[in-house]
This record gives sequence, structure tokens and C-alpha cells, in this order.
Amino acid sequence: MLKHVMANEPAKAGSVKICEASFPQPFYMGLEYSAPARGMWNIAQTGFLMPETHQIFVCAYGCLRGVVLTAAEMNALDRYSAIAIRENDIINGTIEKLMVEGVNDVLAKLTEKPKCIQLFITCQHFFMSYDHNSVFERIRKEHPDIEILDCYMIPAMRKSGISPDQRMRRQMTRVWKERTRCDDKRINIIGSNLRLSETAELRGWLNGNGFELKSIHDCKTFDEYVDMENASMNLYYEPVVAAEAKDLKDRLDMDSFYFSNSFDPDEIDENYRKLAERLLIPAPDFSELRTQAEAALDSLKGLIKDTPVALDYTLTTRIFSFAKMLTDHGINVTAVCTDLVQPEDREAFEELKKTHPCMEILATNQPESRFFASEHEKNADSEKEETVLAVGQKAAYFFATDHFVNIAEGGGFLGYDGIIRFTELMTDAFLNKKDRRKLIRAKGFGCESCI
Amino acid sequence: MKQTFALISTYSSDEFGICSALYELGGMVVIHDASGCNSTYTTHDEPRWYDMDSMIYISALSRNETILGRDSKLIEDILETAGKYRPRFIAIVGAPVPYMVGTDYRAIAKILEEKLGIPAFGFDSNGMQYYTRGMRDAFKAIAERFALTREISDMSIDERPIKVNLLGVTPLDFGMTGAADSLKKWLLDHGMECNSCFAMGSSPEEISKAGNADVSLVVSYGGTGAAKVLKERFGIPYVFGIPFDTAQLAEELKKMTTGNDLGKVAVIGEQISGLSLAESLKDLGIDSRALCMTDHIRDPRVNPAGMDFRYAPEEDDLIRELADVDTVIADPLFKGICKDKRFLELPHMAFSGRMFERDIPDLIGKGEWLYERIMNEIKS
Repeated sequence: MLKHVMANEPAKAGSVKICEASFPQPFYMGLEYSAPARGMWNIAQTGFLMPETHQIFVCAYGCLRGVVLTAAEMNALDRYSAIAIRENDIINGTIEKLMVEGVNDVLAKLTEKPKCIQLFITCQHFFMSYDHNSVFERIRKEHPDIEILDCYMIPAMRKSGISPDQRMRRQMTRVWKERTRCDDKRINIIGSNLRLSETAELRGWLNGNGFELKSIHDCKTFDEYVDMENASMNLYYEPVVAAEAKDLKDRLDMDSFYFSNSFDPDEIDENYRKLAERLLIPAPDFSELRTQAEAALDSLKGLIKDTPVALDYTLTTRIFSFAKMLTDHGINVTAVCTDLVQPEDREAFEELKKTHPCMEILATNQPESRFFASEHEKNADSEKEETVLAVGQKAAYFFATDHFVNIAEGGGFLGYDGIIRFTELMTDAFLNKKDRRKLIRAKGFGCESCI
Repeated sequence: MKQTFALISTYSSDEFGICSALYELGGMVVIHDASGCNSTYTTHDEPRWYDMDSMIYISALSRNETILGRDSKLIEDILETAGKYRPRFIAIVGAPVPYMVGTDYRAIAKILEEKLGIPAFGFDSNGMQYYTRGMRDAFKAIAERFALTREISDMSIDERPIKVNLLGVTPLDFGMTGAADSLKKWLLDHGMECNSCFAMGSSPEEISKAGNADVSLVVSYGGTGAAKVLKERFGIPYVFGIPFDTAQLAEELKKMTTGNDLGKVAVIGEQISGLSLAESLKDLGIDSRALCMTDHIRDPRVNPAGMDFRYAPEEDDLIRELADVDTVIADPLFKGICKDKRFLELPHMAFSGRMFERDIPDLIGKGEWLYERIMNEIKS
């Protein structure tokens, strides 16, 4: 019999020392807890980035609840509608009729016709034994003037195949259908929820070489968004976008470039060298910026000294690369809150095992995680433990600290400029407290919020 | 058309009604679902999540586990966690996907109870019913399982405060405005006392003494299941209603008009709350209609004053019922279908979640009509 052998087994605990943590899954996957830090985006928020688009979710009330209130809290309820599935639809097999008539009803009630409908189905649909593709086709035929985009809110499939987040991104560029030209000097940045920072050196460098950078955030109309299909290249820096980039290559033969969001200066330089080679332009010399970034980290260390620092995975997809960057500059990273180690973060993870074996990996979704915050709160009240400087909302929550960097989804930061911006935010967080509860409860960092 | 919500929000679901009902009772609640349910509940429907530890988890069900019917993994995972924390009880809450494959929650609960010696419940929720039903089933289960004894005072009710169970109190219907405390104060002001509150601010021990009450006051549909259990088991009578003081609301309503003519007024909300509000407004000379989208009771005792009550389960039903209405009192997320009406905001967490939680008023007060109704019920 073949047996899956791991160096370490996933821990049945809420925390584990990094030297004992298994890759890629440090913890056993059993019952899960959900921390009240809501900076990460959900698929409804990602979908709302598309201009002139209306969302319709076809699902049970329980599944509707999260998305309708996401829409309402971001003042987008006028771009959202629902069709509720009830037991009789399952028992009588009327789901197809419900969907077709439901979409007609919603469109009849909207005062302004959208250019695109994102029509979401959920896990439940995949257990109903009906041909949802044919239903989407029928709805498309009934509404030829509206782009009907099939979308999926299917968390039951998150452990197999492409993840719901990856799928959502891929679907959003399925409205790019046919390239009518290729704008050599136009590059898309795809798949990121937050717009790339205006100060990112990547932006300045490419603009300086005559390239226009465009992302969904720059599009005011649906047509403008669709016109992104005529760019010469899709650039992305988050692994979650890979399926979308591959789909665009397969369907439209669009080139893509993965500019990994690493915090390792050598890897950043290598990203630039490879991108310059691909674009047939001279590689940039960012050595001065690299020195500035290194100096900013040293200066941060000088300020915070041995203050314990905790990070979490909602901050960036390369959380161990980030941790290694800090420890390389002597910063005392004591904990990383994550439930998974990304494959491309493995090298940094393995390196930290050797250099900082006592660093704690803290689960964010284990049953034990429920009590981390209250335990730290009690310890803080009794002055039993030193205040932690947290980077990321979940770390702030679990360590019950008001000294934290309020950020998620990478913050739109990249490269050396990103490192410098992070050090500025950490400096500010060290010196100043924030209203933790108020800030971390807002859904989707960077989204409009009425909370 | 039925089942579309093109212009308004939707109410919270049965899964979250169960979670909200059980939150303070020291149990471990497991929603048998993939993901999303727990963050939705804890973000939008559970204002206590930040301040009060409660073990509410999801099973993180996957497609393959569903198809292969791996209930054993759910059982093992619960055994592991419950064995460690020894909660007062375990509740397994159904969700849409396991509903599709006919998961037997009661059988799973039985296995857990046998193995751990901890009371366990299985709830046949499926995310396709409203929170009201989930609350009803959860409180019913708690009453059935824990309210087992009755100790009757030797003194008559004329010689001591009347003991009252408050049934159906959760943040979903009452927010975090202190309504539970206000209800208790209202009881004291009227010569009564709270025997147990299902389930805000009462300890599990107090809940287990629900059988000692003289009467139950059902303040939301969610309290009906427990009321029936206590009636059948101990003969405890029950009364429906909330003692609202609507003087301030009436003032605000009157400010909306120049000539004090509000025209027809409609209150949209949970049945008992809507009827109680309508009845309190009637005392102030404002006639109103109560509209309810969620589960409702057909028992005539819920509306003895004969208020104009209409069940309007669909968005289109509501639009129709509002056609001849001039003024609406409702959660702000109903505004999408009330654009040509005067609108007085009365946030309801079961509809808009945490969005307007700071604006939810505590309207508990006066309610002399309800006091009379309680006394009549006891004396009859």
C-alpha cells in the first residue's frame, strides 16, 4: 500500500512551532472557526469591480445573506438582486424555470438595463442534476443585448480543482471574447482586487518606457473593460490569478507575465530582468531603491528594537517571504498566522525553520483559534505579555493589539516601493494605536463601506 | 414573480436563527457546511461575536465528502473538539449541501451523545427557511431537553411577583440595545419578574428552571416552540406580545406630515413585533397594518385585538400590499420598494444585519395592554 509521507504531520492544535510545522498544511483540517477580521475580499466584491454590471445570486437564504449584506454595506444594493431557492424547487425540479423567470423578473424591475449580468449559482446547484450550462444559454438567448456571465459561489469545491477565487477571476475575463487588434504598448494588470499603487516603481518604469498600464480599476464603462482584451500582455503578481492568465492564453492567445510579489530583493531584481527581456527593453537599475528599502527596514528595526511582531496571511500571499525579509533585518517576528503555506513561499518557509525554529505558526481557523483573542486580551490587561506589533487584521485580532498595520490583499504594494511603504506603515503602527474593532470589521479592505 | 428579491434585502436564514438562539448557552454549535456560513453569521448576524466567546464552527464540508457521504469525518471532528472542551451540549446545524444528500443529523447527534455523554441535537435546517424557524426549533429543543422540573411556590401569585419566561429574545429581533434588560425591567415595574430569558442574559441554569414560571411571554415567533413545550409539560400558559412604548415613534411619524394626516401606515417586520407595534400605535390614534414576510402563527391568540395583519412572503406581495399605503415603518433596506412613500426607519438586524445596529431603538416601555393580557391569561 502506498502511504503519503510528510516530514511532519498536520498538527491537531491551534499553534505549532515552525520547525515542527508540516508543508503545505501545518494544521489538521477539521472543524473551522472564523475570526471577525473581514479585510479579505469575497467574490461579490471582486465581481462589483466590473463596471455597468448587475449581480444576481440564485441560492438559499443562508447563502444569500452574506452577499446581499456585502452589497448593501458597500452601497451597491442597487447592483444586486437575488432569486431564492426553496425546497419545492428541488423536490419538483423547477430550478431551470426559476432561474429563467427570475432573471426576467429582475430585469423587468430594474430602471436601467445593465450591460452585464453576473449570474451566480452555488454548491447546491451541482447536486441538483440539471444542466446549468443549457440554462445559462437559454437566458443568453432571451437577453441577447446583455452579457450574461456565468459565475460560481461554490465553497464546497474549494478543496479540489481551481478555487472559487481563482474561478471568479477567470470568469470575469470570459467577457473578453475576441481580440480585434493588439496594442503593443498596452499592458493589463489583471486579477488583483486592489489597484497597483501609484508609487510602485514597476508602474513608473513601464510608463517611462512608453507602456500604458491598465487594470479593471481604471475602467469607467463595461466597453472600456472589454477593450482590455486588446492589450499586448497580461501582467499579474498574485498566484490566485494564474488560472485566469492561462485561460486568456488558451482562448485569446494573450501573453502573460507573472511578476511574483516577493519580498526577497534578489527575486525582485530577477522579476525586473525577466520582464525587461520579455518586453525587449533595458532592465532597470533599481539598486538605489533597493538600498533605500534595506535602509528603511534597518531604521524600522532601530525604532522597534525587539518588539514582538506578528503577521497574518491576509496581508500578502507571500507571507513567509515577508517574514524572512523582516528577520533578515533583525526584526523579531514571533508569529505568523496562517493555515496554509503557498507553494512558492516554501523556500522562505524552510529557511525560517532553520534560522528561527521557535517562530510560532498560529492557525486562524482551528477550534482553538476561537480563544486566542480573549486569552491575549486577558494577558494584556494583566500586563503579562509585551504588546505585539501586528501586520494584518487577523494578527491584530488574535494578539489583541491596537498597534497594527490595517491592510489586506497586499494593499496594492509591490516591489521595493512596496517594502518601503510597509515599513512606513509599521513605523506608524508602532507609534500610534488604531481602533482595532472598528477597522477590522469592515468587509473588503479598500471597498466602500457604510460600516 | 415568486422568489425574486430584485429591490430589497433578504432575511437571515434558519441556520443563523439556531446559532443566535443557542449563542449564550455554553454549547458547541457546528454548521455542517463548506465555508462562508460561519463568516456570514459572525459578520452580519452576531453582534456578540467580538465580546463573548461561544463555540460556533463549521464542518468545512467538501464536495467529495458530500458525495461519498463521509459523516464519519464530521463525527470524528466533533468528537475531537467536544472531547477537549466538554461543552454543555452539541448542536449540529444543517445547511443546503448536506440537505441535498439527506444527511441524518439526529442520527449523528445520537452517536455523539452516546460516545461523549454530552447532550446533542441535530437540526434539519437547510438554509432555505427563515431565521424565525431556526430560532423556534432551537428554543424548543432547549426547553425539551433542559427544562425538566417544576417547583411551585407555596405562595399565591397575589402574594409574590409573577414569574415570567421571556421566550424568543435574540439580537436578530432585538439588536443589542438592552431590550432584554428593558423587558425584565418592564416586568418588575408591573409586579412581575423574569424567571428565564430564552436566550439573552440568562444562564443555562436559569434556562433549565423555565418550568418554574407562572406564564410565558412569547416576544417573537422564535419563542413559540419553547412556549408549547412548557405548556404541554407543565401547563404554563403563554401570551404573545411586546410592550412597546411608541410615543417617540408616533412623534416622528407626525413630523413627516404637515397636517397630522399620515394616511395608511404599514409596519413591515416579524409578526409579533409588527402586531405589537401596530397595537401600541393604535393606542396613540394611529391605525396601521402589519406586514410580515417570515414565518407566522395562525393562532388567533396572537392577534386578539384584531389588528390588520397580512402575510406577504414575496417581494411582489409586499409591493401589492403597500399599494394603498402612504407611510411605511420598516428596516431601511425595504426602501427599494417604498420610493413613493413616507418612510420611517426601524432597523431590524434579521434583515439588514449589523448595518444600522447603532440606530436600533429600544422601544420597550408602557404596553399596558400587554400587562392586562398577561393577567387575564393567568387568571383564566
